[in-house]
Amino acid sequence: MKLERCQDVFALLSQYLDHELPADLCDQIEAHIADCPPCVAFLESLRKTVELCRKLQAGGVPAAARDEHRRALQEAYQRFLREHGGCSDSSNS
Amino acid sequence: MDPARSDAALVEDLIAGRPGAFEEFVELYWPKLFQYSYLMCGQREDAEEVTQETLLKVFEKLDQLREPERFKAWVFRIARNACYMKRRKSVFAPVQELSLDELMPVTQEDGDQRRLEIADWSSLPEDIALQSELRERLEAAIQSLPEIYRAVLILRDIEGLSTQETAEVLDITEDAVKTRLHRARLAVRSYLDEYLRTAGART
Ligand SMILES: [Zn+2]
Repeated sequence: MKLERCQDVFALLSQYLDHELPADLCDQIEAHIADCPPCVAFLESLRKTVELCRKLQAGGVPAAARDEHRRALQEAYQRFLREHGGCSDSSNS
Repeated sequence: MDPARSDAALVEDLIAGRPGAFEEFVELYWPKLFQYSYLMCGQREDAEEVTQETLLKVFEKLDQLREPERFKAWVFRIARNACYMKRRKSVFAPVQELSLDELMPVTQEDGDQRRLEIADWSSLPEDIALQSELRERLEAAIQSLPEIYRAVLILRDIEGLSTQETAEVLDITEDAVKTRLHRARLAVRSYLDEYLRTAGART
């Protein structure tokens, strides 16, 4: 595969950011962007997009489950332990 | 610490009933699952329900977990199914494809210069938590993605699953994960680019 146009580079930039490309394609991309400001600007905007997604706390995520939810979960967990749990490890605690 | 290893260790503690494991698990997974469900379903109330249903299912089926090192993918698979069940009651959107050509930026030849029409991204704040308008825009961009792309982007870029784990959760190939992720990112990128241009014009 030979990368000749910016469009060829654009198509591979997510895999480039994720380190999922074979070395020869990586080298070709780096050679291309070294000399191509539009591709650099585009790559940076894509990198920033991914970074923002990674930092997103969507919906103002609540810090924890509400009490009534937690109680129901605790019960489900106790049921699991009674039926399947390896109580041997925790019996002495 | 290797996160996959710590997940496996946590689930072993959970199965063994070690003290503190339950609290640690709920504290770690509640916010993750809430965020996932919220972005998939779009409603806080639905997201809370889906999160709770998912965690109840986890305890119900924990004895069937065969590979603790794949715990995260296993949990998100349950969450995915809970989301589908929830949405079956509402509208079911037909599959939409994002076309790569439409998402690619246009470069123009200007003499011997190549130019790209792009917003000034350097003005974006580093800390999205401090910027609620930007956060809302990003959420809206993600929620506007057709579902098959949204599902991949949320698992990979927001929940931090690997390509392989994401493929497992969604029952698709790793190549499909990569293709869809790229298109999803491009779509979100162009949405934010648009936002930055209009925001830039306002100030
Ligand atoms: Zn270029």
